[in-house]
Amino acid sequence: MAKTEIDIALSGLDALEFDLPSRPSRALALWNALWPKLAAITLVLGAWQLVVWSGWKSETILPSPATVFPELWREVRAGIILPAVGVTLRRAVLGYSTALVIGCALGIAVSRQRVLRQAIGSLITGLQTMPSIAWFPAAIVLFGLNDSAIFFVVVLGAAPAIANGLIGGIDQIQPVLLKAGRSLGARRIAMWRHVILPAALPGFVGGLKQGWAFAWRSLMAGELIANFGGHRTIGFLLQNSRDQVDYPAMYAAMVVILILGIVVDSLVFGRLDTAVRRRWGLAD
Amino acid sequence: MAKPQLSVVTPPAAAPAISLNSVSKVYGHAGAAVPALDRVSLRVGVGEFVCFVGASGCGKSTMLNLVSGLDEPTSGSVDVGGRTALLFQEAALFPWLTAAQNVELALRLRGVGRAVRRQRAAELLALVHLGEFAGKRPHELSGGMRQRVALARALAQDADVLLMDEPFGALDAITRDLLHDELESLWLERKFSVLFVTHNVREAARLGDRVVLLTSRPGRVAAEFAVDIERPRRIESPAVAALAGRITEGLRAEVRRHGED
Repeated sequence: MAKTEIDIALSGLDALEFDLPSRPSRALALWNALWPKLAAITLVLGAWQLVVWSGWKSETILPSPATVFPELWREVRAGIILPAVGVTLRRAVLGYSTALVIGCALGIAVSRQRVLRQAIGSLITGLQTMPSIAWFPAAIVLFGLNDSAIFFVVVLGAAPAIANGLIGGIDQIQPVLLKAGRSLGARRIAMWRHVILPAALPGFVGGLKQGWAFAWRSLMAGELIANFGGHRTIGFLLQNSRDQVDYPAMYAAMVVILILGIVVDSLVFGRLDTAVRRRWGLAD
Repeated sequence: MAKPQLSVVTPPAAAPAISLNSVSKVYGHAGAAVPALDRVSLRVGVGEFVCFVGASGCGKSTMLNLVSGLDEPTSGSVDVGGRTALLFQEAALFPWLTAAQNVELALRLRGVGRAVRRQRAAELLALVHLGEFAGKRPHELSGGMRQRVALARALAQDADVLLMDEPFGALDAITRDLLHDELESLWLERKFSVLFVTHNVREAARLGDRVVLLTSRPGRVAAEFAVDIERPRRIESPAVAALAGRITEGLRAEVRRHGED
């Protein structure tokens, strides 16, 4: 039968495609990912220490890492840091998820409607470039000095970036995939669900990441300006320690903000980005 | 979408699967109008394999878009007796889905239930000799394998007419040869109709029951060649080469005509 002949030839051809080198072991991969980060941290701490040693500023206003980190550890053990991190992260998650919903709705609407794009496409980019801190006076006037003001600013900070990320992701879809979807009979909702949204995801992840950065900055600005009512947040700790002239505690709070930013970025968005790029075949 | 949903159950003898009646397609508007097809009339029988060759600008892809219903003719009519499936030069698989999921999506969009989907997808991948690669994602497959998954996906649409737009154009010669064999044996077994567009004259002579030569700018039917060569054929056979030679002459004459303008 002719078919078996094709079968043999095709599997021969296919077999030649699958002679790939093996991947490095897990431990090695982890080390490869970790050492540049460790090196960078060492470098930053070293630079900090050098500045302190240079005597540029008095050690009372610029303490060394050797003072700041024990202070940080003391605060962690005293139960000050973790509850504050909890409150701040809860605000961040709430604001960010609201921004996600609004940003997606906005992004889809703008992608669907040419007129809408012309009308508000550049407005979204304009909103994105507006520093979130510039919203605070209005937010405080509108909502008062409370959680709502902060929430408002966080959402306004993140939603345009998320919407723009989605619009960009949709714009970058290969036309042939849309054509394939249509010829398979996908229409309207099925088209969005099975073709457009998944195809836009690699570009969208960039928008999600940027949205997070905006949300986090807006939140920190908010907690510094609108720290009221005795909420013990990270921003409160930062502002309060300055007011109390407790500089090691102030730097400790900054270290916490930096660590949180890095951890969320690499653990959540870094992983998401890698997972999507791998699955979509855009990275090894 | 006015895509005909007729299924071809024991069609009357010699009923055309597709007929184009004086079809013209003009892109753009008055002033900057570009005619892509000019009064093309054409019949493709049920189960017939027709290849289209022509130089650039002969409106080959336009014609497939019209037949698939993705585009509308400016004038004339296109009648398609049955469901169509499109294949492109790029396999156009969805990169986030495995080979099996790509095939399953075609079934899902037709409303096929989950259990049946899974089984049908496995059968179709086995049919294109990719049973063991069902779990691979497109980027893990070679160009030829991707094109076979696309073929399985098209078959999953249960199409009566396969519209193929230079599907093997980007493949190396050995892979292309094998895919010709593969396509021919599938077609002999299932007897769907095929409209196959290609730049490669030999490929057309190797595969088609009939080869239609199109003019360029605008596209018109310049000549037709019946291919009376026994199947299964081989691309290196003297009969295929001789026919390819005749078609090439026609094609050259057409290209020269544009050089003299």
